[in-house]
Amino acid sequence: MLEPIFDAGSSRDAIGIGQAAGKGLNTRHGTILTLEDISVSFDGFKALNDLNLYIGVGELRCIIGPNGAGKTTLMDVITGKTRPSHGNAWFGETLDLTGMSEVQIAQAGIGRKFQKPTVFEALSVFENLELAQKTDKSVWASLRARLSGEQKDRIDEVLDTIRLTASVQRPAGLLSHGQKQFLEIGMLLMQDPQLLLLDEPVAGMTDAETEFTAELFKRLAGKHSLMVVEHDMGFVGSIADHVTVLHQGSVLAEGSLEQVQENERVIEVYLGR
Amino acid sequence: MNQPLMLTATQKAGPKLTIAVGAVILTLLLALPLCSLLPADNPLQVSAYTLTLVGKILCYAIVALALDLVWGYAGMLSLGHGLFFALGGYAMGMYLMRQASGDELPAFMTFLSWTELPWYWTGTEHFLWAMCLVVLAPGLLALVFGFFAFRSRIKGVYFSIMTQALTFAGMLLFFRNETGFGGNNGFTNFRSILGFGITEPGTRAVLFFATVVLLVASLYTGWRLAQSKFGRVLTALRDAENRLMFCGYDPRGFKLFVWVLSAVLCGLAGALYVPQVGIINPSEMSPTNSIEAAVWVALGGRGTLIGPLLGAGVVNGMKSWFTVAFPEYWLFFLGALFIIVTLYLPKGVIGLLKK
Repeated sequence: MLEPIFDAGSSRDAIGIGQAAGKGLNTRHGTILTLEDISVSFDGFKALNDLNLYIGVGELRCIIGPNGAGKTTLMDVITGKTRPSHGNAWFGETLDLTGMSEVQIAQAGIGRKFQKPTVFEALSVFENLELAQKTDKSVWASLRARLSGEQKDRIDEVLDTIRLTASVQRPAGLLSHGQKQFLEIGMLLMQDPQLLLLDEPVAGMTDAETEFTAELFKRLAGKHSLMVVEHDMGFVGSIADHVTVLHQGSVLAEGSLEQVQENERVIEVYLGR
Repeated sequence: MNQPLMLTATQKAGPKLTIAVGAVILTLLLALPLCSLLPADNPLQVSAYTLTLVGKILCYAIVALALDLVWGYAGMLSLGHGLFFALGGYAMGMYLMRQASGDELPAFMTFLSWTELPWYWTGTEHFLWAMCLVVLAPGLLALVFGFFAFRSRIKGVYFSIMTQALTFAGMLLFFRNETGFGGNNGFTNFRSILGFGITEPGTRAVLFFATVVLLVASLYTGWRLAQSKFGRVLTALRDAENRLMFCGYDPRGFKLFVWVLSAVLCGLAGALYVPQVGIINPSEMSPTNSIEAAVWVALGGRGTLIGPLLGAGVVNGMKSWFTVAFPEYWLFFLGALFIIVTLYLPKGVIGLLKK
């Protein structure tokens, strides 16, 4: 079930998702992310409690759970923002996330979209995408960087995908909330990560935008692995084949959305019975 | 709207006008030292006082530009740039003192009945080594301070306070006679530079010319930086550092590069300031000096390249007039100016001109 999918559909390239970046990362056993016995405590409060989570290559996983279940902390642990007090976090088979900095993790191929859309407001849409582009991101490289024709084409492709071609020269700060969400998703696409973490990607989007996002994510899955935290059950139902329910910092249930919704304990937690 | 590159905005407003104004100003600045060489009865003759005053303001303009690179572009407000300026000035001062005293010890050391030069004065009789010190002293200090500050992720107001404390500590250190830099009197009574008399019109004209060249070179460096991807990374750093890290950029290297570059520019400006003004003492490191530099940048328009130059020119021009006309009101006026700019001109004079 968690086998990587290698058939590159022509539609992927047509929407500008580009090449799968599988090189360099050892995913022999088909899991891209392995979290074992992860605990995080803030002043005695356990935000995560012996959490175990496995995400397969090319999988689209939704994480749901009530407020305070530890969803954002989970993302913080994976991206290196928060260090777990104990437990293992592996990216692929060989990269130990608990020993890497945020920048190293980002360079290794984990992209993150924040809950509140975060883009570079003073820069134009084009420049936002240019900065995110996967390339050498050292100081010296940035001083001498010139965009190649190939890189420009790639930016155009992504602009097309996120439907911002008309606003290419606008400062990102002037975009609508939904457009900023798309721009941030576009920046993730430019980064071309193997694993995308998306924190409430459809918050503040119109129904049409939400539908389009669902479509986009489904196309992304397979080439990339996605982990989506979302409250909108309709959206979860439309994209996920696999759902994990978090509660009080550990995994309460896992399975398809129907299975999870029928789970006694999940009903108890959500409805307070 | 927060334009990252003011140049793009002025280019839209009228590139020809900008270039024309720039060319006129540059021609005037280049003509000024030549006019100073004219005989005294010529109507176009520029007095040594005027030339020194303008040269001093140009040095300040370089400081403003350097500060703008770290504040306007990278969003780190430094309230300690006076320290880097003074260090460059002191390095140049050491050479000038050695020139003045010849084979003897500098006069202030004789007063302290020292019999030999402290080790850090070694080699300062050579102009080239002094020039190396002009770059190395502020550069290395900025490198070490920046390395630890950025590694510890010190930002915002904490960073400003630390830079302010740094320049204050520097001032206290240089005030001590035992430090070996002339205590509160600093260095003065310079005689010659590279064998030329320091007060001779020719020397003054050349120093002025060198200042104009440094200013143009700084402006060009700043422009190239702002145009490059590096400049866009700095703007991104200012607006959303977290986002930038999750894009895979390590902010520390970018901050450190621009921080050290800025410190070195200040040091060079200080080195040109001292022979023109004829004195350097620890009051150059006083916190108020560094704060004033921030006022120039804010007034001119931060995040632009021309703004800080304009700010430094306007404030210092007014200062030299005010301190003669109404000496006791200058600081009140400066304070009022800063409040007005903060409240009504968030983008500075440049923002006003663009409208």
